[in-house]
Amino acid sequence: MQQSAASEASGGPAPERVSRATRVDGSRIEGAAISATGLTKHFGDVKALDGVDIEVPTGSVLGLLGPNGAGKTTAVRVLTTLLKPDSGSATVAGLDILGQSSRLRENIGLAGQYAAVDENLTGTENLTMVGRLYGMDRAAAKRRSAELLERFDLSEAAGRPAGTYSGGMRRRLDLAAALVARPPVIFLDEPTTGLDPRSRLGLWETIEDLVDEGTTVLLTTQYLDEADRLADRIAVIDHGRVIADGTPDELKDMVGGERLEVTLSEPGHAERAVALLAPMSEDAPVIEDGSVKLTVRRRRGAIVEAVQRLQAEEIGIDDLGLRRPTLDEVFLTLTGHAAEVDEEGEGQE
Amino acid sequence: MKRLIADTLVIAERNLVRLPRSPDLLLAFTVQPIMFVLLFVYVFGGAISTPGYSYTDFLIPGIIVQNIAFGGFVTAIGLNEDLHKGLIDRFRSLPMARPAVLAGRTSADVVTNLLSAIILVVTGLIIGFSFGTGIGEILAGFLLLLFFGYAFSWVFAWLGLIVSSPESANSVGFIAVFPLTFISSAFVPVESMPAGLQWFAEINPFTIVVDAMRALWLGAPAGDNVWGAVAWTVVIILIFAPLAVHRYRRAAGR
Repeated sequence: MQQSAASEASGGPAPERVSRATRVDGSRIEGAAISATGLTKHFGDVKALDGVDIEVPTGSVLGLLGPNGAGKTTAVRVLTTLLKPDSGSATVAGLDILGQSSRLRENIGLAGQYAAVDENLTGTENLTMVGRLYGMDRAAAKRRSAELLERFDLSEAAGRPAGTYSGGMRRRLDLAAALVARPPVIFLDEPTTGLDPRSRLGLWETIEDLVDEGTTVLLTTQYLDEADRLADRIAVIDHGRVIADGTPDELKDMVGGERLEVTLSEPGHAERAVALLAPMSEDAPVIEDGSVKLTVRRRRGAIVEAVQRLQAEEIGIDDLGLRRPTLDEVFLTLTGHAAEVDEEGEGQE
Repeated sequence: MKRLIADTLVIAERNLVRLPRSPDLLLAFTVQPIMFVLLFVYVFGGAISTPGYSYTDFLIPGIIVQNIAFGGFVTAIGLNEDLHKGLIDRFRSLPMARPAVLAGRTSADVVTNLLSAIILVVTGLIIGFSFGTGIGEILAGFLLLLFFGYAFSWVFAWLGLIVSSPESANSVGFIAVFPLTFISSAFVPVESMPAGLQWFAEINPFTIVVDAMRALWLGAPAGDNVWGAVAWTVVIILIFAPLAVHRYRRAAGR
């Protein structure tokens, strides 16, 4: 049910969103904001990247989704020039990761899962330092940091060392640092890992605002709901390869249609209900936790049809709902294993 | 080049600004050297014979050199922390001059080294140390000291980038540098050591630098020590600065 609005918006950015296709020096980015072909990177025997192709149009958000060790962080490190690939090529903001790396670095912002801020420096000092390292003079860097602190709701904490910040505040400061130079492309490596739900929601809203301004975002995440909410397209990555690529809705369609769940007033009627509902589905309905579940072919009219079929034999219904498959189910179908969250790990990346 | 200097200054400023906010580090610069001077002078001083000089006069140039060599610890530990907290990733993703992170660190060490050298000299003067030379030589001594300390900051920068944690930076550095400074002329006359150690102590760069300091501050016979000390310092920088920068370029975060 919760899906109805989102499915209409699928297939591309919302219409009111602008797309920013200019670099910091005002020159135009021709083609995609991020484009990678056949990237490979080995660490000893481990193939962290095993031929990765990525294409992110300007102004859109790509979610790189996968479990720990899938190669997400390595992909980000290669695209942000922190790591050289063994083979393959890539451009970011139209600039080559190998040949034009210093110009490329002027046009990207990176915020990482470890919230790279100096804990001994205040919020203002952190952002001013980053601004000056982007080549701004002291006054301009100060102005820009005040602007960002205001925008990220950190003005009150601006004079306090970042070590005293909460986890959510630190992530916001980290994100602000990535935006100091107003880069057209930003990379967010697991931006909400380890955050409490409220801070997570806050950070999502911040990222959405950013996207509305036309910034191209590549986001890695192991949270399926995060990719679902923020990304226009999702590339599912596992063992260093992109194993599926599409809009969240396209990926969900890959595992089949909508799920209808019917909770009966009398669990004893379950067998009868299965027989009555069976014609609506290609597979046999299943009984789980006292509910009857089935995959329906068509969304339209499915609820009405189910109610009519059950009422014909006066089987009472407590609750019924239609829902789309979750990305968890998508992941399981695609990889054959669950998108388990392993809090340790990430060592090889 | 202009960019390198500007970025180096930004990083140096960062490291100096954060210093007063880490009280344990500040303690290491101030109280610890004073404690060592007092312990050596009053505990060992009476038992060590240093012909021609009082033990306090003999000790101060030596202990200052040891102290300055350890000043680079801040760089090793700090760089390793930056690496693990992802700050090095952030710096490397910025369009800044690449050697600036290391150059800024090591330059900030020069300031902290000067601070602890002054504290040591003042402590020494209070307990009876006296310079035996003119102002020119005294200042030359300070310059040599800071230059040598700067060279050791590069050794520690490299160390900080190759070890796995700040704790191991601490212990590896300690194990490597502590014996080097002790098997030298810093605390006892080399002649009092067993033959094997004496051989090592005589070629040890610490001995050469300490002897150069004694020449510049006490008027001890210099021989080639001052130029030898400068040469050693240059060699250490030429070896370890490129090693550290090379390592930084491929530093894998965390």
